[in-house]
Amino acid sequence: MWLQKSSLFALYAVLELAREPDRRLATADIARTYDISAHHLAKVMRTLVRAGLIESVRGAGGGYRFAGNIARVTLFDVIELFQPLEPEVDPSLRHAVGATMIGGALQAVNAEINELSLATLRSITLKSLLKHAPKIDTPMAG
Amino acid sequence: MSTAPAPDPGPVLRRARAADLEAVTRLDDVATGMAKPDYWRDIFARYVRRRRAGRHFLVAEAGAEIIGFVVGEVRAWEFGSPPCGWVFAVNVAPGWREAGIGGRLFHEIGDRFRDEGVETVRTMVSRADTLNLAFFRAQGLTSGPYIELECRLEER
Repeated sequence: MWLQKSSLFALYAVLELAREPDRRLATADIARTYDISAHHLAKVMRTLVRAGLIESVRGAGGGYRFAGNIARVTLFDVIELFQPLEPEVDPSLRHAVGATMIGGALQAVNAEINELSLATLRSITLKSLLKHAPKIDTPMAG
Repeated sequence: MSTAPAPDPGPVLRRARAADLEAVTRLDDVATGMAKPDYWRDIFARYVRRRRAGRHFLVAEAGAEIIGFVVGEVRAWEFGSPPCGWVFAVNVAPGWREAGIGGRLFHEIGDRFRDEGVETVRTMVSRADTLNLAFFRAQGLTSGPYIELECRLEER
């Protein structure tokens, strides 16, 4: 499974906010820490707000804060907001894949790989990932 | 001067006893929806009544009630795998979940494996079993260097 840019940015943001749920962070703070586009991240943040994973806080000291359940939300829950999590076959070749014996066998291998990926993403909560993340602290404003 | 009551230490972890068979069988039935009395009688015969080094069957007890258990053993040299701790059953009663009981059981059996000289603990869980997968992930387990393979026998 190929992790798309928006999914990766969303994971950065959600995990950064979830690791200190009372902390508020601006998009620019997160973008600076991970050296990513603030413009792209702003779009990602809006999707995360609509999904109820984070919330916007207005006024002085405003920004975003985590709004989900850190022990329940999984990596799958975040990624599926930004990309389809289905077996990947080049769309231009889909008509041929299931039509032949070899194509069907390759499709089965692809589905097997994908099932493992999805089971992995569904089994890792934000809390588990943060608990076992290497202890390399990132300096963060906010 | 009054003395503050001692804090409740919570459920006690101990080795399973023969008398725990019914409670463990019932706990498993509740969790899996499948009664397996013959299986658990056999497990008790091998892991409780005939105790051997490397085999561990622990229960968590609250008052007189069995509220959780974990079973595992040291296995060695399966397809070249050095000795490691294998956990093949863990369960906590629904009303006691998310209270750290499963984590305590897993930690305790891990300590016993370590005392026997092994450095790795391993398990196998259905990829559809998100409850147990998430539990083991929370304990720090990740995919290991072995892959489970299987086929239906008539397809060989």
